[in-house]
Amino acid sequence: MPSLKDLKTRIASVKSTRKITKAMQMVAAAKLRRAQEAAEQARPYTDRFNAVVAGLAASVGGSDAAPRLLKGTGADKVHLLVVMTAERGLCGGFNSTIVRLARARAAELLAQGKTIKILTVGKKGREQMRRDWSSYFVGHVDLSAVRRLGYTNAQSIARDVLARFEGGEFDVATIFYNKFQSVISQVPTATQIIPVSFEEGAAASALYDYEPSEEAILADLLPRGVATQLFAALLENAASEQGARMSAMDNATRNAGDMIDKLTIEFNRTRQAVITNELIEIISGAEAL
Amino acid sequence: MAESLQFDLVSPEQRLASVQADAVQIPGADGDMTAMAGHAPTITTLRPGLLRVTSGGNTDEYIVSGGFAEINATGITVLAEKALHRTDFTREAFEAMLAEAREAHAAAVENHPHLVDEAAKLLSDMVAVGGHIGIGAND
Repeated sequence: MPSLKDLKTRIASVKSTRKITKAMQMVAAAKLRRAQEAAEQARPYTDRFNAVVAGLAASVGGSDAAPRLLKGTGADKVHLLVVMTAERGLCGGFNSTIVRLARARAAELLAQGKTIKILTVGKKGREQMRRDWSSYFVGHVDLSAVRRLGYTNAQSIARDVLARFEGGEFDVATIFYNKFQSVISQVPTATQIIPVSFEEGAAASALYDYEPSEEAILADLLPRGVATQLFAALLENAASEQGARMSAMDNATRNAGDMIDKLTIEFNRTRQAVITNELIEIISGAEAL
Repeated sequence: MAESLQFDLVSPEQRLASVQADAVQIPGADGDMTAMAGHAPTITTLRPGLLRVTSGGNTDEYIVSGGFAEINATGITVLAEKALHRTDFTREAFEAMLAEAREAHAAAVENHPHLVDEAAKLLSDMVAVGGHIGIGAND
């Protein structure tokens, strides 16, 4: 049975833990709001962009002159998996769910006899995948120094991916990230970015004049589209990370509270037992006289 | 009667403007063009340059760094990769964009010979932007 002093120090330490988790929760809540705002700001751009590109792709897509980014390399052999995770931990299952999805997809592709390459964005995913999958790693993007996600971050990742595509390093690229639904629910999602795919019916193409030609515009826009999709994924991920951290820290705070209650009860019982013991000793001592 | 058209300027990071305008002059890839109400539906890519919005006698200017514009009879939507209001466009911002263009050009010369022309055009466009707004490239 722990002594009174032990219990007291434990209670104090759990209390300070609770203070930390509470603070982290509040910081995450503030950051979440900012991340959500950023995601919302980006939406008009992404929506318009996708509508226009989908319209163009629908009209040019069938021809042989279609850019490789749209029709693919014609092969389906080498897959690039872009695993986007957080730079920091303590955010519940956020990183693990992405990694689990990526692992499942990677195993599936290997079973089909395909070659895979893995590009990691964010330190945590790399750490989790290092043990079994490090032989497939082809690169890593470190965003830990980035304080505020900007479009330039997405552009530099896109440039890297596109250079690899141009160099014939892979045929299909898929990104893995968490889609933000709410504070308690983030959905791990896999989206194919190369070759570019569109949802059916997204094309709302009026009869436009194109300047320069349709093909030239499409060739110009598709690489930007990759950056746009990466940027959207980065923003979703940022919001999800903060959401996940917020609920994880909320849980931790509540658990710490429960633990403090339990320890306090134990402390009081022990104290009472000590008093009772002393009394018994005094009384039996007096009786013996 | 002068009709107005809806002008939207969005970048990936934010929506910069959403106003009614009389005329919008955009730096199209094949040359500047001005969109007014009733313009034929057009999609054009942009080169880096100056975007001028006229509404009720007032003129607003933005610097855009490429992207594209979608014009139809009732409005124009400009999707720019990077866009800044004229007043926010400082020498530092210009230098940064110029440096980026130079870097891209240097990289193209080294690795992608077929992209050199494009990068050179981008660079000269950027320099021209500086000339337009009175910030010369200092070199």
